Amino acid sequence: MTKMSDLQTPHFPNWCPGCGDLNIWGAFKNAAVKEGWDSSNTAIVAGIGCHGHIVNFVKINSFEGLHGRALPVATGIKMANNRLNTFVFTGDGDCFGEGGNHFIHTCRRNHDLTVLIHDNALYSLTTGQTSPLTAHGFKTKSTPQGNPDEPFNPLTLAIISGATFVARAYSGDMPKLTEIIVEANKHKGLAVIDILQPCVTFNKVCTHGFYQQNTYYLEEDYDPTDKHKALERASEFGDKKIPLGIFYKSDRPSYEEHIPQIKEKPLIETPVERSSAVELFKKYT
Amino acid sequence: MPSTIISIKIGAEAGQGVKSAGLMLAKLAIRSGYHIYNQIEYPSLIKGGHNVLQVNISKEEVTAPRKVNDFLIALNQDTVNKHLTEFADGAGLIYDSAAKIDTSKVPSTVVLLGVPLSKIAKEAGNSDLLINTVALGAVTAVLGGNLLILNSLISEEFGSKGDEIVKVNVAAAENGFKYVTENYRQHLKNSLSPLESLSNFVPYMAIDGNESVALGAISAGLQYAAIYPMSPISNILHVLAENQEKFGYIYKQPEDELSAINMAIGASYAGARSMTSTSGGGFCLMTEGYGLAGMTETPLVIIEGMRPGPATGLPTWSGQGDLQMILNAHQDDFPRIVLAAGDAKEAFELTMKAFNLADKYQTPVVVIIDKNICENAQSFPLYEYSDYRIDRGKLTTAKVEDYKRYASEPSGISQRTVPGVGNFFIANSDEHDEEGYSSEDIDNRNIMMEKRMTKLKTCKEQDMEKPQLFGPEDAEITIISWGSNKGSILQALKNLDGVNYIHVNWMSPFPSDELSEMSSKSKYILNVECNYTGQMEKLIRENTQIKIDENFLKYDGRQIYPEEIIDAVNKIRSKK
Repeated sequence: MTKMSDLQTPHFPNWCPGCGDLNIWGAFKNAAVKEGWDSSNTAIVAGIGCHGHIVNFVKINSFEGLHGRALPVATGIKMANNRLNTFVFTGDGDCFGEGGNHFIHTCRRNHDLTVLIHDNALYSLTTGQTSPLTAHGFKTKSTPQGNPDEPFNPLTLAIISGATFVARAYSGDMPKLTEIIVEANKHKGLAVIDILQPCVTFNKVCTHGFYQQNTYYLEEDYDPTDKHKALERASEFGDKKIPLGIFYKSDRPSYEEHIPQIKEKPLIETPVERSSAVELFKKYT
Repeated sequence: MPSTIISIKIGAEAGQGVKSAGLMLAKLAIRSGYHIYNQIEYPSLIKGGHNVLQVNISKEEVTAPRKVNDFLIALNQDTVNKHLTEFADGAGLIYDSAAKIDTSKVPSTVVLLGVPLSKIAKEAGNSDLLINTVALGAVTAVLGGNLLILNSLISEEFGSKGDEIVKVNVAAAENGFKYVTENYRQHLKNSLSPLESLSNFVPYMAIDGNESVALGAISAGLQYAAIYPMSPISNILHVLAENQEKFGYIYKQPEDELSAINMAIGASYAGARSMTSTSGGGFCLMTEGYGLAGMTETPLVIIEGMRPGPATGLPTWSGQGDLQMILNAHQDDFPRIVLAAGDAKEAFELTMKAFNLADKYQTPVVVIIDKNICENAQSFPLYEYSDYRIDRGKLTTAKVEDYKRYASEPSGISQRTVPGVGNFFIANSDEHDEEGYSSEDIDNRNIMMEKRMTKLKTCKEQDMEKPQLFGPEDAEITIISWGSNKGSILQALKNLDGVNYIHVNWMSPFPSDELSEMSSKSKYILNVECNYTGQMEKLIRENTQIKIDENFLKYDGRQIYPEEIIDAVNKIRSKK
């Protein structure tokens, strides 16, 4: 049993008032209370960016790594102790700029991780530069004439790269986000949630109002097991046409399920012992 | 110099099996009671090019290659052309007389032992792949080796490929052996005949540094390794990958070195004995993770196998140009333990030690090796490590009341725990307080920086070892060196009087007092290194008052030969 008060740390979030990070923080804690996540069964990994501060505000074991490297750290944790619910908090800059290579390979391998992408389409901790998800033409401090680059689509990238649970949420709908986080964690394999959130300080276009007006949920009878359909729907984006929900789900076994060494129990539950390598030595005689 | 070593160099194109032939000849020697040192040299490609392997065989310990060969086995013309100046007195050339190999430039003192290798190979099994087996049979005959031992080696080597393959290879070896016995009776030697003391004899291993590192890691209870392939360390991951299910650890090939070190850190944070390995170029990428392990106080073993740089450099050759990088890489200061092995056996032992040090000091430990150590096989008795004890340091998996991961301790070492047992902590790349919460507070910063750096002081007091001294305590000339130069220096010392050798294994913390004390009696100090700027000399100057009188520096990627050490010493003597 996890109570909301168990998750409280001595530090209150220092994000800007109105920041989407606050909603993601709240939704995650709601999910943790619902599911009983705590330091006995869960580990959190964060990258660098505004999102990364979350480790200070949730009292569950965590690792705040380097910029872009949250996924490999989480992968190592999961392989060493596959009993841990392992969450990765990352941002669109962290995950797709510095960490882009890790993202596609983590998807490809389908590690049993839940990845929450704080997607504000900007680098905000460095005071507002363009990110790989910033729209073409968008003016930022690093692109005052308008962003010359095209953004890519994190959902189709995840699906094509091999992730087996791909969803998009809006930070402001906390009940629905909570639900998706719980679902994603239950999924065996790599779960990616692209969470649209405003940057209230540096992004005056993609505001809470913008997302509230332009997003909608996938239909009740939408079939997330159809990969082609998922790619099609995940490619939709425009005025009043930003779909939210679970786009894709596949039951392809997770990476961890393929490793015989951890079939019985996690790697770290076998105590470290001196091994006898004499038989191996003999191969060299 | 008069030599008690027989040196046989086999040369061919890449893909013609030089390495496996050399290894088989080495095993034939060790099973006959001899010591060996195998030196392999090859370019960075898979087919074609010029590959050579020198097998050095002796009744005494042999620790280095030689500049000359007693026998050259040429499977192609290139081998003849490229090694014309390396014939020892009374040397022989075994070459394929059925191929159009021109021997007109070979010095007249060299005994020409033409053997129709390709013809015999064709008769035995109609395969080019058999040529090196025929040559093995031929050289075994010339050296007076035992054909039965060779045949059993062939059966072991090819057994997994089926009886037919074994049969044709045995026939190829026997026919090569027979041809030489019948045609060159007057040239047969007695250099490889089994020694009489072979009853109750456990043969030595012919093992290289990569294999030794992998076996050391396994022996030390490795649980997790993430290693991206790179010359010259790739064979570490091959051995680890092959044995993972048997020993229960996980080897993972990541997408790059950034991922390798971060995965290894993640696994270690979760409680696994964890390692990674790379060469200099990969280490450049790992630099950020190196400091991350230092900052989050996560144990990590890194094996760095050096090759010449900068950039891609000389991928398949050897160098010692990464020392200062490993000692200084990453922004700001953190405690790093850096060890350097001098041969395969030291690589085994230091790898095992590194795991204990990493766990005890909760910080990265680098073991430096170089291409010569990685890939040159040497004979050693089966490694003995019954006195090795696993030390996981201050690690608890029990629930602790009021737990503080980074609590201050006089030793700098706090109690460590793992996620999943209910002890809350944050491993934070930001500066952090005792629980791991981000903190930019001045007092906290000072306390944490000092706590981390104190670990190095504790290590210096409790674990650091002094350099090893070889040769007389009192000497006219003292050589100081490290890494694979050890073998060539020791080989040279056998032919030098009044010279001793100080071999340095600990680079950080550095044994300044010990080295100063050891070299206090030295009259003239020669520092030997394979890099341009004398990186060890810099380290010595930074830490001691020792005056290095002369540097012998080499940076062409080639191994230092014992002959070069002897020349360097003689030159000093002639100046004095």
